[in-house]
Amino acid sequence: MELYTLSAAELAKLLREGKCTATDILDSVFARIDAVENKVEAFVTITREEAYAKAKEIDEKFARGEKLHPLAGIPIAIKDNICTNGVLTTCSSKMLYNFVPPYDATVMQKLNDCGAILIGKANMDEFAMGSSTETSYFKKTKNPRGLDRVPGGSSGGSAAAVAAGMAPISLGSDTGGSIRQPASFCGVVGLKPTYGAVSRFGLIAFASSLDQIGPFGRTVGDVAMLFSAICGRDPMDATSSKHEHADVLAAIQGDVKGLRIGIPAEYYGDGIDAEVREKVMAAVKQLEEAGAIVKEISLPSTKYALSAYYILASAEASSNLARFDGVKYGYRAKEYSDLTDMYERTRSEGFGEEVKRRIMLGTFVLSSGYYDAYYNRAKLLQRQIADEFARGFEECDVMITPTSPSTAFQFGANTSDPVKMYAADVCTINVNIAGLPGISIPCGNGADGLPIGLQIIGPKFSEDVLLRTAANYERICGGFNTVADLA
Amino acid sequence: MDYEIVVGLEVHAELNTATKIYCGCKNSFGSEVNSNCCPICTGMPGSLPSLNEKVVDYAIRMGHALNCTINNVCKQDRKNYFYPDLPKAYQISQYDVPLCENGYLDIIMDEDGNTKRIGVTRIHIEEDAGKLLHAERFSGSLVDMNRCGVPLVEIVSEPDIRSSKEAKSYLEGIKAILGYLDISDCKMQEGSIRCDVNVSVRPAGNDTFGTRVEMKNVNSFSAAERAIDYEAQRQIAVLEKGGVVLQETRRWDDVNGINEVLRSKEDAQDYRYFPDPDLLTIVVDEAHVQELKDSIPELPVHRLQRYLREYGLPYFDSNLLVENLDKAAFFEKTAALGAAPKSVTNWLLGDITKVLNDKNCLLSDTKMTPEKLAEMIALIDKKEISNNAGKTVLDEIIFSDKTPAQVVEEKGLKQISDSSFLEGIADEVIAANPKAVEDYKKGKTNVVGFLVGQCMRASKGQGNPATLKEIVERKLVAL
Repeated sequence: MELYTLSAAELAKLLREGKCTATDILDSVFARIDAVENKVEAFVTITREEAYAKAKEIDEKFARGEKLHPLAGIPIAIKDNICTNGVLTTCSSKMLYNFVPPYDATVMQKLNDCGAILIGKANMDEFAMGSSTETSYFKKTKNPRGLDRVPGGSSGGSAAAVAAGMAPISLGSDTGGSIRQPASFCGVVGLKPTYGAVSRFGLIAFASSLDQIGPFGRTVGDVAMLFSAICGRDPMDATSSKHEHADVLAAIQGDVKGLRIGIPAEYYGDGIDAEVREKVMAAVKQLEEAGAIVKEISLPSTKYALSAYYILASAEASSNLARFDGVKYGYRAKEYSDLTDMYERTRSEGFGEEVKRRIMLGTFVLSSGYYDAYYNRAKLLQRQIADEFARGFEECDVMITPTSPSTAFQFGANTSDPVKMYAADVCTINVNIAGLPGISIPCGNGADGLPIGLQIIGPKFSEDVLLRTAANYERICGGFNTVADLA
Repeated sequence: MDYEIVVGLEVHAELNTATKIYCGCKNSFGSEVNSNCCPICTGMPGSLPSLNEKVVDYAIRMGHALNCTINNVCKQDRKNYFYPDLPKAYQISQYDVPLCENGYLDIIMDEDGNTKRIGVTRIHIEEDAGKLLHAERFSGSLVDMNRCGVPLVEIVSEPDIRSSKEAKSYLEGIKAILGYLDISDCKMQEGSIRCDVNVSVRPAGNDTFGTRVEMKNVNSFSAAERAIDYEAQRQIAVLEKGGVVLQETRRWDDVNGINEVLRSKEDAQDYRYFPDPDLLTIVVDEAHVQELKDSIPELPVHRLQRYLREYGLPYFDSNLLVENLDKAAFFEKTAALGAAPKSVTNWLLGDITKVLNDKNCLLSDTKMTPEKLAEMIALIDKKEISNNAGKTVLDEIIFSDKTPAQVVEEKGLKQISDSSFLEGIADEVIAANPKAVEDYKKGKTNVVGFLVGQCMRASKGQGNPATLKEIVERKLVAL
């Protein structure tokens, strides 16, 4: 058995039994990277040297018999919009092609404290804007389950690295579906936590009120373990919650007897591929057989979500991305005549098309005279959508929907039509708008052999229930942990 | 035609909290360039602000002092614009819901202490920007980010001010309150108080406002006076020639005493304000708001009016006293010990202030106490020492633990009123100055002062000058 195919939990067990070392794990993982990264292109930066140095420290600690966190010695890939002290952090943008943060994001600090080993920074859509990782300035990441397909996005590199066996676990970020949709496309597990569950300090912001960092893994247990390591209140992030999180590792052992599963009709209508609907409902049926209670519910405001999202997210992005102006770090235009010209050239040359499109949209909706018509109305819709979810959760404990309308699409399929690309997030966006947690797990394959994902949505801070539901399905279907065959 | 000048002021004051508004960096002036900054105040990608709650407390206290309504639930907004001294390309400020609003400041209008009420529209909190530096050896500009994230309050007045003199009183009133509350260093030269001036004019008796012009770069209170007078005259000249005043922003050039257009109304920036999603709604509980209200000391205007009324002090003295809370408190304590109020202010605002200025120190840096000053004044009142000897006593006690009585004893400063001793001195002086006596006989009575002075010298300063004057005059008449 190759170490790179094992889950983080299995690796942690072997490390404690003395059957392998952290260095052995890295040897296996880097051998896998050497073998398949040229096909997948999941990483912007690989931190081999630093990783081996860290593994040596961890191995010494194990040798001394120190009691270490379950993540100690476990390799992890981190999305390239999460700041890593001394390691290039580009947001897959020309604008930050040379940016080396002088500090660690809070999640990185926590992972370092656990002894997890950073092996590289994962490719993504530029500034997390996209659903296919095609907007990266540096490279196009391929879907390990079908190399002619996109891995989804924006956390495409994080999902692909895990699916390809180049890392057992990774972190991504999710603003409108950027963890769940690539998890669905790549056939792995991805959790978007409740807004405020995980500190955003050090996450280079796209849309501050929607962004949330979350874990990828090939098993529900790994995702639960990684979530429990990164969640919790952070004084450096005013929006992080003081909520006392449940013990998710214990929770996933529970069953689903009596669990009320809501099926919102609006998520199964036109625009969702028939085979996706069938596979998701088949999985729901299996959970029902295991003792869950299934009921149809309705979320009529779902149709407004995309419009509200693109106004709110773009408005915040237009302000968040204003700091990339060529003055302090990152890219600066080579030639310019004066200050205004420097700003204009730097931002015209440094940002890609999709980023510029959203900055312009966001600038427009915040402009004097348009603010009420767009931003304020989108805020009202946000409230309406959140209230509707809250009422829905009076009738059920979780909701199950498709994660994405289809399996992974081909490169270039949606790049010429931004609105079509935005529609890829139609099932996931509401969850961000309402600040809720959502998880995507594999539930079979489409006719093209590519993975289909189902999404479980819960009320705020119900990660334990989502993970328990996911783990039950994982047990029913005999496990998700498959590394893509890239031979 | 007669015109009325209408002025509104926007005062920015840096708050003197120990740390900055959104990070833990030190808030201090004059540190080495770019030494008080971190990823947060330099706007590094991924960094997030966390509000320093002291800033809210300070601003609420200012709000109470200016009789404002406190919005104990309010938010922070982003003001978006590009400038190299603004690292995030937005300033965190407050837009439509300021922390404090609808207040007023009473300014003193005359020496009787009559006041005029100037409305305060709002007070909000915001962060300061950095500073651009221009060094000859670099082709471009440099930026010092020490000031990024220094907390500010912006205090906006209603257009209730009608002259440059009123504007100055208003600014001095605001400054005095900031000092009383000890929430700002109030050093104009360090930029800790800055102001923007809005000026319009209208024909006297007209009740609609004229077109308003905003002036930037007004860096001192006296510059504000000059800038207002200049701009009002400029607008009046435009109107007199049949022209129209344009709504624009102008830059005051204090060196040349003129202003010039910075930008016109058409170029006004759209700041695209929206609520900062990185920060929570500010919620201050009512009890804490009240607690802050209870901590406000008696304010300068009320204190000044009380000094005029209770102590019968002249306006000039009262005004100087209330400028500084330490001096005012010292004055009141000394007067409470029985010293005549006017004697106290003479000493406090005269010789004591001179020593403080000479040594560049504060009253609290000295060993002067109300008890010592009251004792010294009592010695003078009882004619135990002369007023001049009082100055010697002051020099001895101000930086030591000695009491006035000890100094009088040690230095032999006790005033001599014993007439037989003084008569003898007067006889000697008159005998030694026949020329002065001749002059006196010719009607030059002012030689009396000269002769008394000679007597004082002969008594080594200890003679009672009043007694000596009587004796000398009596003897001259008798000659």
